[in-house]
Amino acid sequence: MQKVYGSAAEALDGLLFDGMTIAAGGFGLCGIPELLIDAIVEAGTKDLTIASNNCGVDGFGLGKLLDTKQIKKMMSSYVGENAEFMRQYLSGELELEFNPQGTLAERMRAGGAGIPGFYTATGVGTVIAEGKEVKSFGGKDYILEEGIFADLSIVKAWKADDTGNLVFRKTARNFNPPAAMCGKTCVVEVEEIVPRGSIDPDHIHLPGIYVHRIIQGEHEKRIEQRTTRKREDA
Amino acid sequence: MPWDRNQMAARAADELEDGWYVNLGIGIPTLVANYVGDKDITLQSENGMLGMGPFPFEGEEDPDLINAGKQTITELSRTSYFDSATSFGMIRGGKIAAAILGAMEVAENGDLANWMIPGKLVKGMGGAMDLVAGVGRVIVVMDHQNKHGDSKVLKECTLPLTGTGVVDRIITNLGVLDVVEGGLKIVELAEGVTEDEMRAATEATIV
Repeated sequence: MQKVYGSAAEALDGLLFDGMTIAAGGFGLCGIPELLIDAIVEAGTKDLTIASNNCGVDGFGLGKLLDTKQIKKMMSSYVGENAEFMRQYLSGELELEFNPQGTLAERMRAGGAGIPGFYTATGVGTVIAEGKEVKSFGGKDYILEEGIFADLSIVKAWKADDTGNLVFRKTARNFNPPAAMCGKTCVVEVEEIVPRGSIDPDHIHLPGIYVHRIIQGEHEKRIEQRTTRKREDA
Repeated sequence: MPWDRNQMAARAADELEDGWYVNLGIGIPTLVANYVGDKDITLQSENGMLGMGPFPFEGEEDPDLINAGKQTITELSRTSYFDSATSFGMIRGGKIAAAILGAMEVAENGDLANWMIPGKLVKGMGGAMDLVAGVGRVIVVMDHQNKHGDSKVLKECTLPLTGTGVVDRIITNLGVLDVVEGGLKIVELAEGVTEDEMRAATEATIV
């Protein structure tokens, strides 16, 4: 089966529909599937529900899909970096479901692993627990959280082979593996597609079984908070 | 003289024990890393890293290497990387010995509020709810009073909670308090701060 596609638009062909749920990898602007986001902007798919830790910044990453008003609902843990997000949210144009960061990651992982729900102590006694089942284990309360089953996963990795085995780089891994796991179809953009056999099988971070379509491309990899120290501090 | 930010961070660093894996929040907690001295402390960044190093030299920033505050950082010889589900697995699973976090309010029963002010811009809880529910020990570092002079150490939190009964120890500019049965216990006073001053600045019950 041929998994390698020529462009983001080709890789998304036939997968997009209005009202769909998309799980997106990335933390802040680190490890985001920027090429696939651009292609979804281009495709104009509407009323999207997107599970992603953040929603990009104004004019970059998922922020582009806000500018075009393609997002109906976000499932996120932190959305503070985006003025357009706040404008749409406060005016009621955009729904927001806050998820604690670890709960969001585990909901994706669980969805991908065929687990429809799990109990966690995170959020017990807070607004997050409202409307959720509470169950006691060993005298301690836990709330029921549901797995996320997305229609599509959009993911950024460092390298892939043509069978979809993935290697991530440093903290750009973040939400990408759990996001990849929870979609019916997973499309991945990488910096380099390498021949099969060139990645040590013991060094594969996500096996190709989770990956259906792959593209290679150039990434801007914008830095959100460039922070440095002076040499004399060393 | 009450402690300044750096003195509070230094005092918080005294809480950390050799060999601990620790998560530091944003703000004053970040400064704690400057005061760990010779102790063997591994810092976790919840976006998927153990063994967080210092900020990079100019020109050596790597967009693939950031901390939970989205700042560019560096790796160490001990560093490991993992995905977000694994990262919060170690947090939820109690593998992280301690989290040092900032706060808007702490109550005498250990309730913590540090993520949202109703009516103001709400950015989200990030990983704070997972951290306070999962790590071994939660240490709050904050100013004792807000900028209006109101106590942030309360009988009950007024703001939406991050977690209930989660705080173990509070380090403020006035000193150190522990959450115990029936209220808070004064562990230490900042140099020059009297017990009366501490009590006057604290709304919570001091036992």
